[in-house]
Amino acid sequence: MPVVDLAVSRVRELNKALHQLPRNTNETHWTVQNPAGQHSIAVGIDAPVEVTIEGHVGYYCAGMNKDAQITINGNAGVGLAENMMSGVVRLAGDASQAAGATGRGGLLIIEGNASARCGISMKGIDIVVKGSIGPMSAFMAQTGNLVVLGDAGEALGDSIYEARLFVRGEVKSLGADCEEKPLGSEERAILADLLDRAGADVPVDSFRLFGSARRLYHFHVDNAY
Amino acid sequence: MCGIVGLFLKEQDLRPRLGSMLGQMLQVMTDRGPDSAGFAVYGEGAADHFKLTVRGPNLASLSKDLSEALGTAVGLTLRDTHAVLSFPDGVTEKVREWLSAHRPDLAVIGAGHRIELYKEVGLPADVIKRFNLPGMAGTHGVGHTRMATESAVTTAGAHPFSTGADQCLVHNGSLSNHRSVRRNLEREGLTFATDNDTEVAAGFVTWRMREGDSLERALEASLDTLDGFYTFVVGTENGFAVLRDPISCKPAVMAETDRYVAFGTEYRALAVLPGIEKARIFEPEPAKVYAWEHR
Repeated sequence: MPVVDLAVSRVRELNKALHQLPRNTNETHWTVQNPAGQHSIAVGIDAPVEVTIEGHVGYYCAGMNKDAQITINGNAGVGLAENMMSGVVRLAGDASQAAGATGRGGLLIIEGNASARCGISMKGIDIVVKGSIGPMSAFMAQTGNLVVLGDAGEALGDSIYEARLFVRGEVKSLGADCEEKPLGSEERAILADLLDRAGADVPVDSFRLFGSARRLYHFHVDNAY
Repeated sequence: MCGIVGLFLKEQDLRPRLGSMLGQMLQVMTDRGPDSAGFAVYGEGAADHFKLTVRGPNLASLSKDLSEALGTAVGLTLRDTHAVLSFPDGVTEKVREWLSAHRPDLAVIGAGHRIELYKEVGLPADVIKRFNLPGMAGTHGVGHTRMATESAVTTAGAHPFSTGADQCLVHNGSLSNHRSVRRNLEREGLTFATDNDTEVAAGFVTWRMREGDSLERALEASLDTLDGFYTFVVGTENGFAVLRDPISCKPAVMAETDRYVAFGTEYRALAVLPGIEKARIFEPEPAKVYAWEHR
């Protein structure tokens, strides 16, 4: 049960120790204290360990995560869990911009709100936000699922390729080529599983589904300037 | 890049610590702007006394020279390359005239009943030390660490910019239409001391307030006029305000407690504040004006 106090140790030392862990390590639960908004905490982990961070973190926390379960008991700055590959990242507070950006896999759970561009260019990650998300979220989303229990800001899913956007509250506006879709049995099953894994006790039927209208897939002369 | 900090105190007992709190916040933002740093502090002041912050060489004799020339006692507080002149309200124009006639080597960078403004090239830690920011008291203040993008690394190009009495503005970002906005403002009679885009933004807010806008309204108007990336923090005699561009290109985070409101480009800058663990932390929304005032 290693405990790393970032008031004493440097983030580089922490990350180096985490990167050196073999996949069968016995040091399976790490605690990080006094993050004080520092950047790049617990990025690039490639081992099935648990990391608990006690406090607010800065940019890019838990980025590129593979297999680790990272819990942040605080808020997060820009780019939380960006390019995550697998594993679970759970944030107790609010996330700043671009949470889960370009994520390839894994589950990102945000207990509070996420601000602008949540899930931008997501490529397979699942994101569950229990609060609301800001404008331009899921911009150019390619695949994966974004679940929002609260409201979504302007231009949701602008230029979306393929991804499922489940929103329970109001959607301020949809971006280009994003449209509402019927909530079929396959989508219900996916949503129910994600809500269950995120610990969100709300009915599946209270959500609406948005996705790609697929009108921007191919060049169309009317779209040219 | 650039880093911004702002601190607005709600409780009187924190006022002696304003400079030290603001200085700690500013120093954390060194990574975002090691070129130069600056800050504006709103001290106690007096309603019938006016203050000018001047920058340049040979400042020590100014008090004597001005007092003799005007027949009025002119106070002077010297801090490194800057000095704050203090004198009765009525002689403000005479002081300005005397300065431009006899001391063209000096730049007047701040004016008002309460504002004092300091900025220099160099690492924030050095700038903070040279002006002894930790020794300054006040009700609110803003600071800036600069990584230059739109104009050269010079003292004049450092922030904050002050274009009106007790007003100042710091900026993270870059404006793309500042040339045309400047031309319009010059037609309205405003003058600019630098080529900096931020000075134009400060001038725009000054102009709108001169035309009768409240601070909030002036900032809302800038949403329609200024094109580019920006997070602004604006200081006035009684308060401060925050505005981010409509796509919130530049980061910003705020903290509020019963004792203060604080702004930081990054949370790291707020982490040094007392009681931050219990503060309400939030991210200001794009295109929304946030303002706090002492009444």
